[in-house]
Amino acid sequence: MSVAPAPPKAPPHGSAPFGLHHRRLPRWAVPAVVVAAVAVAVALRGTGLLSGTAQLVLVAALLSAVGVVTVSATVEGGRHARNRLATALVGTAFLLALLPLLSVLWEVVANGIEKMTPYFFTRSMLNVGPLDDAGGLYHAMVGTLEQVGLATLIAVPIGLLTAIYLAEYGGGPLARAVTFFVDVMTGIPSIVAGLFVLSAWILTLGMNFSGFAGALALTILMLPIVVRSAEEMLRLVPNALREASLALGVPRWRTILKVVLPTSFAGIITGVMLAVARVAGETAPLLLVVFGFDAINFNPFQGEQSALPLMIYQENAKGLEFSFERAWGTALALILLIMALNLGARIIAYFYAPKNR
Amino acid sequence: MKLLKYRHFAGFALVGALALAGCGTDETTAGGSTAAPPGGDINCAEGQLRASGSSAQANAMSAWTKAYQQACQGTTINYQSVGSGAGREQFLGGQTDFAGSDAALDEEEAAQANSERCDGANAINLPMVTGPIAIAYNLPGVDELVLDAQTIAGIFSNKIKTWNDPAIAKLNPDANLPNQQIQAFHRSDESGTTENFTAYLGAAAGNAWTYEVADTWSAPGGQAAKGSEGVSSAVQQNEGAISYMEYSYAKNLGLGTPKIDTGASEPVELTPETAAKTVETAEFVGEGNDLKLEIDYATQQEGAYPIVLVTYEIVCESNNAPDKVELLKSFLGYTVSEQGQQELDKIGYAPLSEEVAQKVRQSVDAIA
Amino acid sequence: MSRARPDTKTTSPLRSGSSTGAGDRVFRGLSRGAGIALLGIMAAIAAFLLIRGLSAIQGDSANFLTEQRWAPKDDPPTFGIAAIAFGTVLSSLIAMALAVPVAVGVALFISHYAPRRIAIPLGYVIDLLAAVPSVVYGLWGIRFLVPRLEPLHQWLGAHLGFIPLFEKSAAGSRTMLTAGVVLAIMILPIIAAVSREVFLQVPRDHEEAALALGATRWEMIRAAVLPFGRPGVISAAMLGLGRALGETVAVAMVLSPRNVISLHILNPEGNTIAANIANSFGEADDFARDALIASGLVLFVITLIVNASARLIVARRREFAGAAI
Repeated sequence: MSVAPAPPKAPPHGSAPFGLHHRRLPRWAVPAVVVAAVAVAVALRGTGLLSGTAQLVLVAALLSAVGVVTVSATVEGGRHARNRLATALVGTAFLLALLPLLSVLWEVVANGIEKMTPYFFTRSMLNVGPLDDAGGLYHAMVGTLEQVGLATLIAVPIGLLTAIYLAEYGGGPLARAVTFFVDVMTGIPSIVAGLFVLSAWILTLGMNFSGFAGALALTILMLPIVVRSAEEMLRLVPNALREASLALGVPRWRTILKVVLPTSFAGIITGVMLAVARVAGETAPLLLVVFGFDAINFNPFQGEQSALPLMIYQENAKGLEFSFERAWGTALALILLIMALNLGARIIAYFYAPKNR
Repeated sequence: MKLLKYRHFAGFALVGALALAGCGTDETTAGGSTAAPPGGDINCAEGQLRASGSSAQANAMSAWTKAYQQACQGTTINYQSVGSGAGREQFLGGQTDFAGSDAALDEEEAAQANSERCDGANAINLPMVTGPIAIAYNLPGVDELVLDAQTIAGIFSNKIKTWNDPAIAKLNPDANLPNQQIQAFHRSDESGTTENFTAYLGAAAGNAWTYEVADTWSAPGGQAAKGSEGVSSAVQQNEGAISYMEYSYAKNLGLGTPKIDTGASEPVELTPETAAKTVETAEFVGEGNDLKLEIDYATQQEGAYPIVLVTYEIVCESNNAPDKVELLKSFLGYTVSEQGQQELDKIGYAPLSEEVAQKVRQSVDAIA
Repeated sequence: MSRARPDTKTTSPLRSGSSTGAGDRVFRGLSRGAGIALLGIMAAIAAFLLIRGLSAIQGDSANFLTEQRWAPKDDPPTFGIAAIAFGTVLSSLIAMALAVPVAVGVALFISHYAPRRIAIPLGYVIDLLAAVPSVVYGLWGIRFLVPRLEPLHQWLGAHLGFIPLFEKSAAGSRTMLTAGVVLAIMILPIIAAVSREVFLQVPRDHEEAALALGATRWEMIRAAVLPFGRPGVISAAMLGLGRALGETVAVAMVLSPRNVISLHILNPEGNTIAANIANSFGEADDFARDALIASGLVLFVITLIVNASARLIVARRREFAGAAI
């Protein structure tokens, strides 16, 4: 790897290695075309053909793409024109994706920022009447941390081990059955997972509503995501690494723990975080088995609890002036929480991942 | 190595939890300025109650539990709005101490309550909250509007399509009605509000309403939105929109509500008093302490607003758990007391009429 | 003592061999046990769903597969999954058609186009967006997106209305198209995040080899990155599809449901299985709840078919991946 010559990212202008004639667009060409396209779009708007900023941006992007590709095709030839087209498409895709996503974030931040006060984070909703501008999310934060934490503690070891089984040992009928059922599990609607826990844990076994019951439902939802993403990441580890380790006489299980897992660690963490993020926002199963509670309850094994998504859902449904504010504030807090968890996981991944890439 | 990594995860969670554990509190209303004075109609009992059900009475419950818990420190009453059907299921399954419901128990449920939930005693329906159902519309420039049952039925079944339709114009000779499309919104979820609204149309609109009286919407046309908050914000967002919803939602968003021409000498405006008047004319159809009500939606009485929703609390008449029964009686006794019912006015509900309240009090006293 | 030492020495290779065998057995047993535990959970859930669901289907007065209405509380109960199953597939197809190309573009942009310094924070932003709970997308959809998509609906209806898909005969933008757009936005970060991770795993040797042969960046991506990443991208798309198929709250908030089979994605009609569960659950009695479970069972089967076909595609394309088997 280290001896490989530097990739020829940009062949020098005008030079014609091996006698091939190679004409490239000058650097200023692309920005120039884009500026021209924007100008045309603005002019079009002036004539009244276009309305709205979204349309303007869209038309400008389209014109620049067409322009760049045409210029490139005439000067550089078809291959480079296709390359330019791909670049334009990828860039456009990125912008297209970013706009709505940033809009979601912006709405949440703009509507929820007012609630980011110590008061809101340290109070529960106990004794908050319909007309009170009071109350906070502390009880829900406690509930979410405990429920998601418990679910992660159960789902990640089982899920990771299952993924290792599938990727490293699999092949038999058992592996095929597990693969099949993991696929089935990804299709469980969250409310059905809640129903299952409700009828198995609460109705049949006679347990009470509790945060732990919620954690069980969340575990069912987390497991398939963890298994599938971890399996995918394990399979991406090049066989050469495994073979090198095994050839040195390292037993298989140590190869997996010391070579395969660390190599794919960052990817596995991403998968786990996606799973955590997904279940942390689940409302329906919690409504069934955690019940909801306005006061603080630290014990996830006894008594009703609340959770952040549950609180968002309920405060929104109340339809009161102050409850909408609390709903947005709670949504922002939930996103911040997940962001913090994500950041933590990234830091861990950074320190433990092999640094050769 | 691997264990070490998980230990870090656990460490993160633990540190976070500990940091949080130190600083939270249930004290939300400093000084208790809005607290109900202790004493009054509240006779404190101790313990914990768990209840669930109708979202239509959620705000009433929230006001009541606040007042009660502030007067009786250490007692908790946890009411969650999960929907009437789910609330009845949870009550019948023995997971909750009482249910809040927009509909009384049906025969099958009553039998199940008798044989399983209440050990041979009956479950009784106690009317507790009157929720007027408002027709809310968004039509700038038209501040006053009169509608009757036939017109409402026409609008909601896609037969009357514009605001200057002759049927509407006839009822509003002075209004400046625009030639604008009507966007009628109904609830997409099953709801007691839909059931009572369609019951009103079925009883009062005659041939103009031929669709089902049910908790799911069945008439053609129109658009749907989820929940009262969904339809109310849809009306707020769309000019020319109209929908039905619990009064408190219309009130909170400041939406216009038409007067209803019931056939009485004057069109009736929606106020807590006019809604209470309709409940007064309702008939008790339950037996003994069961106070199931039948509302006369076609009422033509002067000053009675006909579209109302009465929500019940459902409890076992006797054989309640010994550690719950005192608190049940104490809390429900408070909610039906004069002081309890007065709380409702401020948040868009109507108080029960004295006659109905009197009967409910007797039934609450009989709970054992 | 003195005799013992050479003893150990001579037997040490054998011993270490047997102990690694034990370690392997334990580890293999553990991972196998996890797989079996997962099977056990699944079997329990499947049994539960089948028993409850089938009892409801037996009480259905209509054909469960072809009936469009959903009225389990009527007398006699009449309900079927024809309309909601159709709507589930339709909304997810719209979402996938919109999200997958864009997500792959985003993933490529982050992994192969953006400068490293920008790419890392961008990747982080995408991960973060995967974390936004669906109720928030629902809120955003109904308050922000629905009013803004109204002109698009009218424009499409007016100019492309001759295509049955875009025929618009009723007002309003709480439509299948809007639901599909919201779903697409929801699943985009998931697909992009996983795809990006896969694209970053492409062996640099492959990329450098392609570039050294004079390939343009796009040719390098086509020759080295996409074939290697295809199974991962398909897997990522399936994750997204799984979420789109089962998404409850956001669709329930955005869509104006009507239980009919209709390809008119610009009309406020159609419904999905998950949204139907969310809308009906609160007021459902015992039987109606079982009926909803039966519909959940159908959602299962749909997801299963989709996943199985994806597995087939992935299995055929695995030549570039490096794992055992």
